[in-house]
Amino acid sequence: MHLDHSHPHAGATVGADAHRPDGTRRALRIGLGGPVGSGKTATVAALCRTLREELSLAVVTNDIYTREDAEFLLREAVLPPERITAVETGACPHTAIRDDISANLEAVEDLEDEVGPLDIVLVESGGDNLTATFSKGLVDAQIFVIDVAGGDDIPRKGGPGVTTADLLVVNKTDLAPYVGSDLGRMAADAKTARGEMPVVFQSLRSEAGVTEVALWVRAQLAAWTA
Amino acid sequence: MTTGVRATARIVARPDGRGGTALPVLDGDGPLALRRIRAHGDEARVMLVGAMSGPLGGDHFTVEAEVAEGARLHLASAAATIALPGQAKGEARYEVRIGVADGGELRWLPEQLICAQGSELYVATRVDLAPGARLVFREEQVLGRSGEEPGRLGSRLTVRIGGRVVLDQELACGPGAPGGWDGPAVLAGHRALGQLVVVQSEFVDAPVEARLLGEGAALVPLAGPAALVTAVAPDALRLRRVLDEALAALAPACHG
Amino acid sequence: MSRAALFVLADGRFPAGGHAHSGGAEAAVKAGRVTGAASLEEFCRGRLHTTGLVSAALAAAAALGVDPVELDGAADARTPSPALRVAARKLGRQLMRAARATWPSAELDALAREFPKGAHQPVVLGLTARAAGLGPEDAAYCSAYESVSGPATAVVRLLSLDPFDATRVLARLAPELDRVADRAVEAARGVVAGGGVDVLPAASAPMLEVGAEGHAGWAVRLFAS
Repeated sequence: MHLDHSHPHAGATVGADAHRPDGTRRALRIGLGGPVGSGKTATVAALCRTLREELSLAVVTNDIYTREDAEFLLREAVLPPERITAVETGACPHTAIRDDISANLEAVEDLEDEVGPLDIVLVESGGDNLTATFSKGLVDAQIFVIDVAGGDDIPRKGGPGVTTADLLVVNKTDLAPYVGSDLGRMAADAKTARGEMPVVFQSLRSEAGVTEVALWVRAQLAAWTA
Repeated sequence: MTTGVRATARIVARPDGRGGTALPVLDGDGPLALRRIRAHGDEARVMLVGAMSGPLGGDHFTVEAEVAEGARLHLASAAATIALPGQAKGEARYEVRIGVADGGELRWLPEQLICAQGSELYVATRVDLAPGARLVFREEQVLGRSGEEPGRLGSRLTVRIGGRVVLDQELACGPGAPGGWDGPAVLAGHRALGQLVVVQSEFVDAPVEARLLGEGAALVPLAGPAALVTAVAPDALRLRRVLDEALAALAPACHG
Repeated sequence: MSRAALFVLADGRFPAGGHAHSGGAEAAVKAGRVTGAASLEEFCRGRLHTTGLVSAALAAAAALGVDPVELDGAADARTPSPALRVAARKLGRQLMRAARATWPSAELDALAREFPKGAHQPVVLGLTARAAGLGPEDAAYCSAYESVSGPATAVVRLLSLDPFDATRVLARLAPELDRVADRAVEAARGVVAGGGVDVLPAASAPMLEVGAEGHAGWAVRLFAS
């Protein structure tokens, strides 16, 4: 076998390297985490529909049971199937996005190789719990999605997702009156937990839908490519 | 102390120049007798006839077959081979060496090998194929005759195509084999196991698709122009049924 | 070299993707062949003496500096199930990433270039041990242990098995792990002594092969293999 000392980074890149093996800048990677049923997959689907005309997108899902979320996205046809990859997580999605990110990195890189060039890869976590956050070795920015129906005390309880995510999304605001959630209190608690970091209240059923989150994503991309 | 029996049988198949296959070498020896039976088209057919029981402990049997370019050979056996405990010390060895040249074809379809209680047998099979050779190879092993404990069996099957090893499989089971051989990862209580190897250059462009064949068997493409069926079954009959179905599906012309 | 590097490499938290694989345990659990600690132990014992031995010998040979491309071919021939070949290459690729980040080495770089989609995991493991300054015994132990620790961890999740029972299973297998590692290293030294890769063990496990093909076709599963 030929041993070559001149290309220490030939082949697969390691960790959070911002460049691909050929020297080009890789796609921006945005993680979406949050509890089960908070609307991560629906937010991913809405982002794809909003951004797909102007940007080259791909999605990686991390499911507890293989492929559920990927199959939802495929059924909804938010992107061509070759742009959606499901990572198998051995029942531990938080491990796959935080402690051992190798399978996700491979999925992201394979997407760039096979359907690239890409502007953004959205990496969706399996619905796990409030402590699941993405490794900085995997994503450049992360969105944490909670919903009003999960209880209006979630922002107050905090946890790494709520306090450290680059964007906190409080989803399903249209349900607030029905589940007795106090949006004002959630906003105040989020402010206490997060300081100046942004929070978006959204209802995907409203006219505005995912617009605000999409704006935030565009701003991240502008900063990444600057 | 008695020493075991050494016996070698050799077959060489060549085109006979008239569109058929000649057998210039057909040498049986002691317990390994060979009979030429009626040809089937351009294919020569040979029957391996066990002239006495065995192999017994300490015996060393070798069967060699060479198929030259353009020749076609079919080998069958008259009955199952039964490994039995012998008076001689040590395990019995059964070696099979097969070579097939480009454009040659071998169908190796003997009956089962049965490892009777108390027997110790090691079977080594080495198949060397030229890149354009065709092969259908079946081996079936049964642990113990009906209702008895298994004997000890070790086996290794190696298949090379153009010098490259595409399949190398060892199995060790029965009393004294490394632990877990009858457990859920290896045989899971099954007493009959078999492999069917089919090699043909068509698989270069169109490899078989992996699929299950019932509960205890799978058809898989190897890393080369070859397909393998691995099967386990409760008994010889059910094993043969699975392998026959696979054979009919994989190489229809070769069935029977 | 530092022997302590072995702990880094053998740590179940070493980020090389193993947590998503059950080593055939998920298929065995679903088929009702592994139902508790006793059957897990028999499963692990069988896997150790087959796949475990083969992997350990490949890893030891790679650690000794045997050509990894030849070893990869030997691994292919010893892995008839395409589902298991795919899993082994996936895990090899993931380990390669972790290894290059942890113990940068020209040999690892070269193997990564040769197999951009991954070489068989035991081969990468052996070369990683080499890059970490470890020897063939270390590589063999690491690989043999992985062959049983993976299924044991998976069965804890699959059956909610008492984790102490699973750990006891692993401890009870320790003497056999020693023997398997010894045999693996001996075989690997035989390769270097002139026997070539053909002298490496090729012990097979039919139920693992068949089970892996079935598992690969499931629509819903917890583990990748």
